[in-house]
Amino acid sequence: MSNVLIVVEAQPDGSLRKATLNAITAGKQIVAKTGGELHAVVLAKDAGALANTVKEYGVKVVHAGSAAHLTNFTADVVAPAGAEIATAIKAEFVGAAATQAGRDVMPRIAARLKAAMASEILGVVGSSGADLQFTRPMWAGAVIATVKLGTAIKCFTARTTEFPMAEKAGAGEVKAFAPAAPAKSLQKVVAFKEVKSARPALTEAKVVVSGGRGTKGDFKEIDALADELGAAVGASRAVCDAGWQPNDLQIGQTGKVVAPQLYIAAGISGAIQHIAGMKGSKTIVAINKDAEAPIFQVADYGLVADLFKALPELRAAVKAAK
Amino acid sequence: MPIKILVTAKRVEDYESKIKVNPAGNGILPDGLKYKINPFDEIGVEEALRLVAKHGGGEVVVVSVGTKDVHEQLRHALAMGATKAVWVNHTGPLDQMMIAGCLQKIIEKEKPDMAILGKQAIDDDQNQVGQYLAEWLGWSQATFASKEESLESEAEKSKTPALKLSADMKSLTAIREVDGGLETLECTMPCLVTTDLRLNQPRYASLPGIMKAKSKPIEEHTPASLGVSATSNITITKMEHPPARKAGIKVPDIAALVDKLKTEAKVI
Ligand SMILES: Cc1cc2nc3c(=O)[nH]c(=O)nc-3n(C[C@@H](O)[C@H](O)[C@H](O)COP(=O)(O)OP(=O)(O)OC[C@H]3O[C@@H](n4cnc5c(N)ncnc54)[C@H](O)[C@@H]3O)c2cc1C
Ligand SMILES: Cc1cc2nc3c(=O)[nH]c(=O)nc-3n(C[C@H](O)[C@H](O)[C@H](O)COP(=O)(O)OP(=O)(O)OC[C@H]3O[C@@H](n4cnc5c(N)ncnc54)[C@H](O)[C@@H]3O)c2cc1C
Repeated sequence: MSNVLIVVEAQPDGSLRKATLNAITAGKQIVAKTGGELHAVVLAKDAGALANTVKEYGVKVVHAGSAAHLTNFTADVVAPAGAEIATAIKAEFVGAAATQAGRDVMPRIAARLKAAMASEILGVVGSSGADLQFTRPMWAGAVIATVKLGTAIKCFTARTTEFPMAEKAGAGEVKAFAPAAPAKSLQKVVAFKEVKSARPALTEAKVVVSGGRGTKGDFKEIDALADELGAAVGASRAVCDAGWQPNDLQIGQTGKVVAPQLYIAAGISGAIQHIAGMKGSKTIVAINKDAEAPIFQVADYGLVADLFKALPELRAAVKAAK
Repeated sequence: MPIKILVTAKRVEDYESKIKVNPAGNGILPDGLKYKINPFDEIGVEEALRLVAKHGGGEVVVVSVGTKDVHEQLRHALAMGATKAVWVNHTGPLDQMMIAGCLQKIIEKEKPDMAILGKQAIDDDQNQVGQYLAEWLGWSQATFASKEESLESEAEKSKTPALKLSADMKSLTAIREVDGGLETLECTMPCLVTTDLRLNQPRYASLPGIMKAKSKPIEEHTPASLGVSATSNITITKMEHPPARKAGIKVPDIAALVDKLKTEAKVI
């Protein structure tokens, strides 16, 4: 029997992040092999409402840790509270979604538990118990490694694109607990500059239209096509480095990983670091004026063209096809 | 007030390398690989140098764990301007806990005011060491540190540090890349920072810097001399390439593209 604990990311508005449901599926896959119980923990100023939402998704127990010092989901306070509940329920596996918050807090929880950790897991392999292993990407996804963690407790973050979202599956139990307050908190969020957009969230969108350096910073046609398709807008590193688009839109090895139904890359050369973030897309379209651009090697449909000419045409054709 | 900062220089394959798994599936083929300092660590060295310049001097101590080959990366950091290099001599597998354990011991010896690591090493892509280290030291952590201005901005051109220290050096303010935007985080010092890509554009080492770095001494330790267990808790049992995407086609024009998307891919 080895219990699994999923650490839920608490958002400022108390809503559920879809990425949490991907992590719950990873937890279910482990439980299916090891035969333990699936638990989750919500840590927030008021954890109750979110815990009530999470319990609907086939989680046996959701631990709701409410405390004033958990107003912000910062690593200094989340780590002790997360480790506390992991120890209390004798969790053998502790994981979270590989979101920025998950990447921030999970290794700190692992450190407290003296646990080894596998980041961005893609799958759960092996039969059970000591044999259980994780697959994870290395070198920008050029290599998939199968790794075995040798510590008593094992931690992970789950890449959201690789685990389907958990479905509602009978309500579990919510257990409230009072996380011990640390001597002093070390970190304080003093501001948040949100990238406001009426478009769907990049990691949840069914269609993504991305622009690269080839746009020269002019995203008018990228935006217009995205709006016609109800898509999210993404970018390459070159675009974010130049300050043409917010950093939050960077797709790739060191940015966001997306796997939409349709990914349209315009003016992006296709460096391995970019491909790492979008090669799981169902259909990839590349528009580039250089017929030799590496992006064409991963594209299902490639069009050698000037994006400033092709994108308006594509938008008109999509509109006409509706 | 002078400041002392600890930074790292992990040795990794150049980001443009073509990585090939060996036939045994337990490592990569060394042929034709070039090695560099992890790009995120280089950004860390740069930020430390800028902070020292702004705060009236100080020291930048650079650490690397690995075989003697890592001297190359240590000397790269020295050539950029780091003042002291520390090498933890180790051959064989390493895991994040071991690295963090070694760095913790060095920090206890060197007593820096803060440390700046990379957010991830571009070979293993784990994104863990900084967070482990911060927890074991009991320090605050500002992961994925970035800045609001772009890498083309005036602030960048004038080499202004993005991390802001309070006048009494008791707190540090960092802009972090989080999902949905940029967060401003205030941290109690000492603080452990991990760098993101937009924190700065690292400088090139000057020729005199490179010459001077060649003769600088490198302090040597081993995990054993630091009292850190050298057994790895992570075993890589298999390495393989992911399946290649099936080859696509080139379409002649927009009409053909839209037709394929509608009738074949059925995505619009
Ligand atoms: C071919 C190959 C085989 C491997 N086999 C094994 C194995 O069998 N078992 C095993 O446990 N590990 C193995 N490793 C991984 C191990 O060498 C990792 O480098 C180590 O665990 C650190 O993880 P990371 O670089 O992903 O850390 P990250 O958390 O991604 O690194 C973040 C930051 O930590 C700092 N850092 C990381 N490493 C160092 C360092 N060496 N010196 C100074 N600072 C550093 C840097 O600031 C870096 O930016 C293998 C690696 C390779 C390439
Ligand atoms: C540590 C590290 C991490 C990185 N992480 C990431 C990451 O997460 N994500 C990422 O994207 N990159 C990342 N990179 C950068 C990556 O290596 C590439 O430099 C980057 O992806 C290039 O962006 P680009 O394709 O927009 O620009 P370029 O490579 O300059 O390509 C521009 C393309 O536009 C085409 N073009 C120009 N004009 C037109 C036109 N009018 N019409 C059509 N096509 C046109 C050109 O033919 C060219 O192919 C990373 C690099 C490093 C070192």
